[in-house]
Amino acid sequence: MSEKVAVRHDLEHVPLGPPSATSGLLEAFRRRYLLRLMVRREIQARYSRSVVGLGWSYINPTVRFFTFYFVFGIVIGRGQGVPNFAIHLFAGMVLVHYFTETVNSGTRSLLSNKGIVQKMAMPRELFPFASMLVSLYHTIPQLIILTIACIATRTWHPDLEGFAAALLGFVLVMLFGTALGLMFSVFNVLFRDFGRIVQTFINMVPFVVPMMYPYAIIRERFGTGTIYDIYMANPVVEAVLLIQRGFWWTTTDSPYLLNFPPNLWERGFIMLGALLILIVIAQWVFSRLEGKVPELLT
Amino acid sequence: MTTSIVVDDVSKEFSLQYHRTLKQMTMAKVRGQAVSDSFWALSGVSFEVEQGESIGLMGLNGSGKSTLLKLICGVMKPDSGKVLTRGRISGLIATGAGFHQQLTGRENIYMNAAILGMTEEETNEKFDDIASFADVGRFMDTPVGNYSSGMFARLGFSVAVHVDCDIFVADEVLAVGDRPFKKKCLARMQEIRESGITMFYVTHAAGSVKKMCDRVIVLESGRVGYDGPVDEGIKFLHYDGSDDEPDAEEMADEEIASDI
Repeated sequence: MSEKVAVRHDLEHVPLGPPSATSGLLEAFRRRYLLRLMVRREIQARYSRSVVGLGWSYINPTVRFFTFYFVFGIVIGRGQGVPNFAIHLFAGMVLVHYFTETVNSGTRSLLSNKGIVQKMAMPRELFPFASMLVSLYHTIPQLIILTIACIATRTWHPDLEGFAAALLGFVLVMLFGTALGLMFSVFNVLFRDFGRIVQTFINMVPFVVPMMYPYAIIRERFGTGTIYDIYMANPVVEAVLLIQRGFWWTTTDSPYLLNFPPNLWERGFIMLGALLILIVIAQWVFSRLEGKVPELLT
Repeated sequence: MTTSIVVDDVSKEFSLQYHRTLKQMTMAKVRGQAVSDSFWALSGVSFEVEQGESIGLMGLNGSGKSTLLKLICGVMKPDSGKVLTRGRISGLIATGAGFHQQLTGRENIYMNAAILGMTEEETNEKFDDIASFADVGRFMDTPVGNYSSGMFARLGFSVAVHVDCDIFVADEVLAVGDRPFKKKCLARMQEIRESGITMFYVTHAAGSVKKMCDRVIVLESGRVGYDGPVDEGIKFLHYDGSDDEPDAEEMADEEIASDI
């Protein structure tokens, strides 16, 4: 038979290897073209067959913004002590919305791509990762709105340090969302109830970050006790503070130490390191469990 | 001689879950019923395939053929034992590839080709060939959710056969698709085989196995029941029509196979 083997298939130099081997999340960098197609597809598919289409990405946060603004800014009057309360709120919402979208769509990502997952071999980490990128794409218009709102205050004096802080905030949410999306996507296949559990906890997120109320309140109520530490250990809290440092604080003349913990940057970098470790753990969990995914996707 | 596929003492276990909700599961536990059960889809399967060989994988429904293909493609991982392959793998598992219902035929071609490892340039270059082979006409730009099952299968097959691969895996490709398409498929698979690509072909049609393959592996409830030359393999399965009348489908396949 060897005479039939064409030169092209002369594979003696290629080692035998398991066909399912992947390098996990790192494949996202190796297979950029596939990732790009997946992101484009999901941007189209997320609102396919809906009349308003992409508009839902803006209607949802807008409605939520006005609800929160009405309740916390006007009814409860929480905004009164906070200058430019609307920007304080909206800056936080950009990241919180990015986070919740990433986790929600990441959790569903394997289930909603089951046609491909069951039939084709590919690094499956790409599904939750693509969901994260799609959510990131949807935050762009919100960032533009936020910038316009800041300019409209006429008192905005942006600084480089602030933009760096906002960027770090984004990176934190990106890492945290990817890690959770990665783990939850497999859990959601193994136990279908998981999606609902995630939904329940995700609904808490907007309330446990300092955007509808100022950071100062948390500090005042809890001092520096255990509750304060637990509250501050949430990476989303840190991220929200960082983006507020970049956008909201620079529109006010409110004293820095009233609105931020004194060690905002140190906390940010420690959080960054912790989240990188979390990503490694998430990848490990994913690799351990994903073998069962194709057979359980029914 | 290069080894293309090594399957070494591979086993795969599936679990059957009887109760889906927590309440049902608790009730079953209380009543002492089994909550889940498992069965071995494959147990202790071993064989090696040389580069350029063409294998017909046969066996009754539920004998583990598709599971074996999924392990070879890398969609699933074995629970024990190991599967090793050399080179790029392309092919179809079950009829119809992994397509997205909302995407158009064109978008699905690009997506599928990318998953199979083709670059954008490669796909652009081969797009016309793929489209004309699939022959779905103006449906190319409508969502594949609207396709007939035949068109769906044709498109999937068309992408798979155009990938520049070293191992080609085909799972009952001829189950759907009309006669002219079946003929085209078999002709194309013959080309693939002659170009030195290792072929792994699942079918129930004795006729096409005779034409296409130089070795038959028969699975029986997850074990290798037979591994050897084609004619004996077909006899082993009693697919040579000795103990019952051949059905019309089989006859047609035989005819098509003899056409090419």
